[in-house]
Order: sequence, then structure tokens, then C-alpha cells
Amino acid sequence: MIENRPISTLVSHLVLVIGILVVALPIYYTFIASTHTSIEIVRPPMSLLPGSALVENYGEAIGGGVERVVGVSLERLLFNSTVVALAIAIGKIAISFLSAFAIVFFRFPLKMLFFWMIFVTLMLPVEVRILPTYKVIVDLGMIDTYAGLTLPLMASATATFLFRQFFLTIPGELVEAARIDNAGPFRFMRDILLPLSATNIAALFVILFIYGWTQYLWPLLVTNDAKMNTIVIGLKRMVDFADASTPWNYVMVTAILAIIPPIVVVVLMQRWFVKGLVETEK
Amino acid sequence: MQSVVFPNKVLPYLLLTPQIVLTVVFFFWPASQALYQSVLREDPFGLRSGFVGLANFRAILSNPDYLHSLKVTVVFSLATALLSMAVALLLATSAERVVRGRNIYRTLLIWPYAVAPAIAGMLWLFMFNPAMGTFAYILRRNGFHWDPLLNGNQAMTMVIIAAAWKQISYNFLFFVAGLQAIPKSLIEAAAIDGARGAKRFWTIVFPLLAPTTFFLLVVNTVYAFFDTFGIIHAVTGGGPAKATETLVYKVYNDGFVNLDLGGSAAQSVILMIIVIALTAFQFRFVEKRVHYS
Repeated sequence: MIENRPISTLVSHLVLVIGILVVALPIYYTFIASTHTSIEIVRPPMSLLPGSALVENYGEAIGGGVERVVGVSLERLLFNSTVVALAIAIGKIAISFLSAFAIVFFRFPLKMLFFWMIFVTLMLPVEVRILPTYKVIVDLGMIDTYAGLTLPLMASATATFLFRQFFLTIPGELVEAARIDNAGPFRFMRDILLPLSATNIAALFVILFIYGWTQYLWPLLVTNDAKMNTIVIGLKRMVDFADASTPWNYVMVTAILAIIPPIVVVVLMQRWFVKGLVETEK
Repeated sequence: MQSVVFPNKVLPYLLLTPQIVLTVVFFFWPASQALYQSVLREDPFGLRSGFVGLANFRAILSNPDYLHSLKVTVVFSLATALLSMAVALLLATSAERVVRGRNIYRTLLIWPYAVAPAIAGMLWLFMFNPAMGTFAYILRRNGFHWDPLLNGNQAMTMVIIAAAWKQISYNFLFFVAGLQAIPKSLIEAAAIDGARGAKRFWTIVFPLLAPTTFFLLVVNTVYAFFDTFGIIHAVTGGGPAKATETLVYKVYNDGFVNLDLGGSAAQSVILMIIVIALTAFQFRFVEKRVHYS
């Protein structure tokens, strides 16, 4: 603080509080809606204070209400999203870790070619090659499978780069010491590299878990069977069928359950999240 | 490259295999297919196709629908980036100024990052849906004719706000990091010279923040171009009357709904060129930023 000016500090607090209210508003509104009955939700103005139907709404939505609307249970949607997010996060970290290890700690022909092949994928987000990638998945028979939902999203340059940058800062003496002690590459990887990378892995995990959980276009394309939908797609399908009989209370419950898990991950792993965000720079 | 390496000859290839296989199967092969198809014209049933050279590109670039979509995307991206960055900068400078409660503010501001873009759009739709949204009701009761399902500008406003809302957290965290990197001595010196808050901000803090601002401008543009498909698809479906049809939405729509494979592939190729340009720009800039600090 340069100078002590109470009024300017007060204004700052005020700006932040208003900012937080704006940021929280959509989530608050949806949460409030999830505690009202369907009739109260569709007849504006809805009260902005919690309603009385919280227990019923959540109980019914989980106990088969959502299943009657979109043909797949809420638990199944949550399960699918969790599997997809975890598989993408863990898979991406694993393959990136291995390839960065190869690029940094070995000398072999065509290394630069492989490095550039990985690098170029930065420039090919799934959105620009939707149709042909979809066709690959169809040809491989991976429609409606977890493999189809996750594998195409696993290869990416960002995680490989992060690990590469980090490995380059590891002193060569460590490698030398490991070699003198007769430790092979796997031993070195397991006993030295992995423990040293723990923070980087945690940071990447948060970012990639969010990335996997919030996927939209890809799960929309590769799932025909409702049972394989992620919760984001399931929610979209519930809203799609919107007509007079849409149980909006279930929609609101699903929306809340779709955003809580990633928010919990971000808030609980905040320290690593901020680190991961700043270092991967997407 | 490490100075000390392991002597194995085959092992590095094995370690690289998973990533290279995924990259080839899901990136290079599809991208080459997009390039290949962009010079073919196929009938909708996929029975025949013929080489047509650059005809698909000519057709797209002279198609008023495509040019309209390009304009929509540019307006949408710039508005989203500027709105989100302006709000985030205001919040970040405020957070820099307070001492007490800084961490609580940060925790409360980072949520939206975790919300899927499609859901962010739906949350705003719940509030502003003309049929059931309470805020739409309030707007209408006060004499404002609010109907984003019919009015293109209002639909655009809604998707911009939803897209910008989602991105506030990201920009906030980067602006906070950028502000913390500015040497305090500079600001103190200006304060001693009698420069007050606003003057200090515009003459010292804002110029020194330029690298962060440029970086965020690129990242936000890329986000608005590609990651907001979910918002458009879930909230407006490109409508009303194509008022919110962005380029990515159009690729999807032409390919999967209208089954114009050649046209869709050619659009993909144009998008690839846009991403490559943006990424190259970003890298040049990131290098500069490293140099700067």
C-alpha cells in the first residue's frame, strides 16, 4: 500500500463485493430455482429467496425424475462426467510425462521431428477438424464408448511443454548421480522425476479435470446413446425438450449438480489451480 | 535438452509412442482429410466426389452467409474479450488495493472458470428467458421490449455476457499476477512526485501491464472463437435468423446438419489458418513477454 486513503479502500471493497455478486448471480439464481417447485419456476417473478422444495426436488431428480425425462439417470450422468474428466486428466498427464521424459533425457534420431509433431497440435483444436475426427471415431467403432469420448482429447502439446520446461531445469548432476548408482531410466523416472514433478502434476490435474468436465462439442458428437452422455450434454438435452411439461425443477437440480464438482475441485485445489493456469497459459 | 542423457536407443521411441499415435490418428489424419475434402465436392449421400480445386473456397468466401458469420464472430469475440477484460481489470486493481480479505475475494471470483461454457449460457438463459426468466420479466414490466428469441441484437448481447462472465476468473487471475509483477518502487516514486491514484494507473500501471493485456487479448479471442461453441449451441442455436452464428457453429451446422462436406471442410481449413495465425502471434508475443520480465 502506497498511501492510506480509507475512502479509496472502501470503494475497492465495494467494487469487489459488487463484482462477486455479479459473478455469483447466475449460480445463485439457479440454486434458488432448484429449491422451488416447477410451477413457481415457470411463473415469473420467481422469489429470489430459497423455496420449500429443496429436499423434494433433489430427492426426486436423483430418484428417477431425470431418468424419465432424458432416459438416463442423474447418477449415470455424473458418473460419465467423472470418468471422462479423470480419464482425460490422468491420461494426458501420463502420456505427456512419458513423451517429455523421452525428449529431454534421451538423444535419438528424429527427435526434433517428433517434437514438432507434438508442437503443431497446438494449432489444431478439435473445433477445426470436427467432421474428419468424427469420421475416424466412427471408423474405429468408438461411438458411444469412453475411449471415443476421451482418447481424441488426450493428445495435446500444452502438458508436454510444461513437463519439458520443468525437466530442463533439473540439474544434470542428478542424472549423472543416478547413472553412477546404476539406476536405469525407469528407476530415475520413478524415484527422482516423479516426486520432483508432484506440484506440476497437481497443477495440471486441476486444469485438465476442468477441461474434461466442461467438454461440450465432442461428447455431443460421439454419444448417440443417452446412457453415454456427460452431464453437460444431458442437461442440454433436457432443455432441448422444453415444452409445457418440462420439469424445470429437475433441470435446475441437474444444472447445480453439473457445476458443483468442478467448482469444488477448483476451490479446494486453488493453490495448484492458479499455478497451473499461469504456467500452462493454455 | 539435458547435457547428461541416458544411453538407451529404443526406449525413447517407446516412451513417445502413445502421444505420437494419438496425435497421428486424431490430429494429423483428420486435418489432412479436411485439407483433402476441401478441394472435393461430394454429393450429400457420399456416393460420388470430384476434384474441384479451390471452388469450395471461392464459394465460401463469396457467400454472404459466410461473410455475415465472419462479421458476427469478430463482433462477438471483440465484445466478449473487451467486456471480460475490462471487468477483470477493475476487479484486479481493486483486489490489489485491499489488504484484508484478499484471499476470500479471490476464492469467490474464480468459480466461473469451472463452469462449462454451455452451462454458463444456460444459467443466463434461465434468468433472461422471455418465457420464464425472472429478470426478463422485470425488464418487460419496466417497458423494455426484451425478447432474445426474436431480436438478434438482444440474443447477441446475451451470449456475449454469458461468454464474458465465464472468462472473468481467468482474466482476473492473470491481471492480479501482472499487477504484482510491477515494481512497487515505480509506483512509490510516482506517488512522491504527487501523482494520484487515477493518474498513476494510466501513466504507470496500465502501460506496464501491456504485455499481460496483449496476451489476454489473444487468449480471449481464441476462447471466443473456439470455446464458445457450447454457449451458442445451447442458448441461441445460431439464431435468431443467424444473428449469433459464429464460424465454428457454422462449420458444425454445415457439416452435421446440412451435410455440405466440401464446404464444411473448406471452412475448417480457413479456421485452421486463423488458429495458426493467432498461435503464431501469441508465441511471438509470449517470447517478448519473457524477455520483458
